[in-house]
Amino acid sequence: SEMTTIELGPRAFEGYNIEVPSSQVTMSKADLLAIYRQMQTVRRLEMAADSSYKHKLIRGFCHLCTGQEAVPVGVESALTKDDAVITAYRCHGFTHERGASAFGILGELMGRKEGVSKGKGGSMHMYAPNFYGGNGIVGAQVPLGAGIAFAQKYRGEQACTVALYGDGAANQGQVFESYNMAKLWDLPVLFVCENNKYGMGTAAGRAAANTAYYTRGQYIPGIRVNGMDVLAVRQAIAYARQYAVSGEGPLVLEMNTYRYGGHSMSDPGTTYRTREEIQHMRSTSDPITGFKHRLMDSGVATEDELKAIDKEAKRLIDGELAKAKAVPEPNASELWDDVYAPGSEVPYLRGRVPEETHYYAQN
Amino acid sequence: ESITVREALNQAIDEEMERDESVWLLGEEVAQYNGAYKVTKGLLDKYGPKRIVDTPITEMGFAGLAVGAAFHGTKPICEFMTFNFAMQAIDQIVNSAAKTNYMSGGFCKCPIVFRGPNGAAAGVAAQHSQDYASWYGQIPGLKVVSPYDAEDAKGLLKAAIRDPNPVVVLENELMYGVSFNSSAEITSKDFIIPFGKAKIAREGTDITIATYSRPVGFALEAAEKLAKEGISAEVINLRSIRPLDLESIVKSIKKTNHLMTVEQGFPQFSMGSEISAQVMESEAFDYLDAPVCRITGADVPMPYAQNLEALALPDAEVIYKQAKRVLNVE
Repeated sequence: SEMTTIELGPRAFEGYNIEVPSSQVTMSKADLLAIYRQMQTVRRLEMAADSSYKHKLIRGFCHLCTGQEAVPVGVESALTKDDAVITAYRCHGFTHERGASAFGILGELMGRKEGVSKGKGGSMHMYAPNFYGGNGIVGAQVPLGAGIAFAQKYRGEQACTVALYGDGAANQGQVFESYNMAKLWDLPVLFVCENNKYGMGTAAGRAAANTAYYTRGQYIPGIRVNGMDVLAVRQAIAYARQYAVSGEGPLVLEMNTYRYGGHSMSDPGTTYRTREEIQHMRSTSDPITGFKHRLMDSGVATEDELKAIDKEAKRLIDGELAKAKAVPEPNASELWDDVYAPGSEVPYLRGRVPEETHYYAQN
Repeated sequence: ESITVREALNQAIDEEMERDESVWLLGEEVAQYNGAYKVTKGLLDKYGPKRIVDTPITEMGFAGLAVGAAFHGTKPICEFMTFNFAMQAIDQIVNSAAKTNYMSGGFCKCPIVFRGPNGAAAGVAAQHSQDYASWYGQIPGLKVVSPYDAEDAKGLLKAAIRDPNPVVVLENELMYGVSFNSSAEITSKDFIIPFGKAKIAREGTDITIATYSRPVGFALEAAEKLAKEGISAEVINLRSIRPLDLESIVKSIKKTNHLMTVEQGFPQFSMGSEISAQVMESEAFDYLDAPVCRITGADVPMPYAQNLEALALPDAEVIYKQAKRVLNVE
C-alpha cells in the first residue's frame, strides 16, 4: 500500500551516550490508521472503566491511562509477539495492546469469571501472551522484567523485554539493582520510564534528585522520547529493540507523558496540580488529537475517515462492556483454583473455619 | 558408605541440571568461589557460566530477576547465602513468586526454588540467626520444606526443582558437614521425597516429638536418653512445612497421647503454635492426656556470647527434661 513519510520534528528525542533515532518515519496508510484505531480503542476502554467504576461495577483500586495512550500503542506497534512486556498497575492499555480483548479486560475489572485473570486479579493484575502484568508493588516489576530478558537470552530467543515503570518507581533501589545486572550481563531489556510527572500526588521534582530519567542508568545509554507522540514512541522502541536484540545490552528510555485523571479513581487529581495545567495538556499535547491532525495534515486520512474509526471504537467498547456485564462472577469453587499449579496442589487448604477446608483430588 | 548433607545437596542440583536444560542456578559466590558453603562446588566447571551465575550482592534484584526468568520458561534455583539476607528479597518471594499464578488465573506459572541455610549457625549473633519456617509457611502459593539429614536434603531438593510451583528449601549451615549413611536408594537419580509426608525418625509409644531441621538430631538424642529410663518417645521429622503433614502427627498422638514440638524459631506465632492450633482442631484433641508443649528458641534476638546463645536455643537436654515434665515423671 501507499507509504507516507512523516517528520517527527526536532524535539522527539534526546540522547544520553547514544545517537538518537531518525526523526523520519515511513509507514503505510493501513498501519497509521491501525495505530489511530488502537489509541481510540484504549481511550474508549478507559472511559468505559471510568463510568463502570462510578456505577460501582468495579471495586478497589483502578488506575486509568487516559492521556498516556501513545505509550502502550507505540510500544506494541514496534514489537513482535515474541517480545515481552511487563508493567506496573496502570496496565489496561498494555493488556489490550498485547492481545487481550476489551471484553476480557472489562470483565476482569468487574470481577467476572471470564475476565482475563478469571476475576482473581482485578485492575492491577492482567496478563496476555508474553505480557507479564499488571504488578501492584511499585518497582518490583523491573527486576522481573530483567529476569524475563535473562530467560529470553538463556533460551536463545531473538526477542527483548520492555520493562515499564513510572517516575515514582524510578527511585526504587531494585530499579538500580536491575540496571546493574542487565548491563553486567547484556540482557535484552528496555527499561522504560513512563514519566507522567507525578508519582501519586508527588511531583517528580519533589521525589527525584535527577528528573532526567533517561540518564539515570549512568552506564546504560538512554533516550528521552516525546511520549505524547505515538510515532516517536514507536520509532524509539523499534530502534532500541534492534539495539537490545543484537546483543548490545539494555537501554533506558524515558517517555514524557501525562495522565489526565487522578492517580486512581479515589484521587480527583487536582490537589497537587492545577486544573489549568490539565486543561493545557489536553488542548496542546493530547496524543490522539495530535495524531489525528498529523494524519489529516499529511493527507493520509480525511476527518470523516477518522470520525468513522472513532465511532467504530465506541461501538466496539460499548458492545464488549455489555457482553462483559452479562458474565457472572466466578463460581465459589474457583476460590481454590490456581493457588498451586494444577496437578501439584497441596492436599488441602483451610477455609475460614475447619468445615470449609478444601481437599484437592490426590495427585 | 556415607554422604554429607552438603554432598547430597550438590548431587541433587547436579542431577537435576543434567536432567533438565531449563534448570539453572544463581546466587552470591555460587560459581567461581564454589559456593560460600561449597554446596555448589564443581558445578561451574561442569555447566559453565551460562547456567551457574554469580550475582552481585543484590538480593532483591536477583531474586526478582530469578522470578521473572521462572515466568518465562526457565527453572531457576535461587541460592541465598543465608535466609537472613532473603529478607531483602521477601517481597519478590511472597508477592511475585507465590501469588502470580493465582492473580493471573493460572496464566503465569512460577517454577522456582529458593534455597540456602536457615536458622541459627554458631556465634554469628542476632542478624544471622533466625528460623523463617513460620514466615514462609504462612504463604499460600509457596511450598516450604526443611531437610534434616542427607536423605532429606537430596530427596526434598530434587522434588523442589521438579515442582511447578515456587518452593522454599530451608537448609541448616551446621548440618552441611554432617555425614549420614548412604544407600543405593539415596544415590539413585530418581530418588525423590514427596512433599507433605513426615518421616517417623524413631518409633515410640509414650510421647510424640514433632520437629524439623537440625533439632531432629537433638530429639533423637533425647529419645535415646529417655529410652534408658523406660520412656518411649516417637520422633517425627516433619520434612515439609507447607503442606504440613498433620495426619502423621494425629496418628502418633492417638498412640502416645502426648505431643511436644521442637524448633529453633521464636515462640510467638511459631511452627509449634500452628501445630498446636491444628491439633486442637483435629480429632487428636480428644486423645491428649496433657497440653501440647512447645519447645522453641527463646524470645530474644540471638546473643553472641556462647553461654547466652546456648540458653536461646533448644538442645537434647531441654527436650529430655521437658518430655519428663509433660509425662509427669521424675
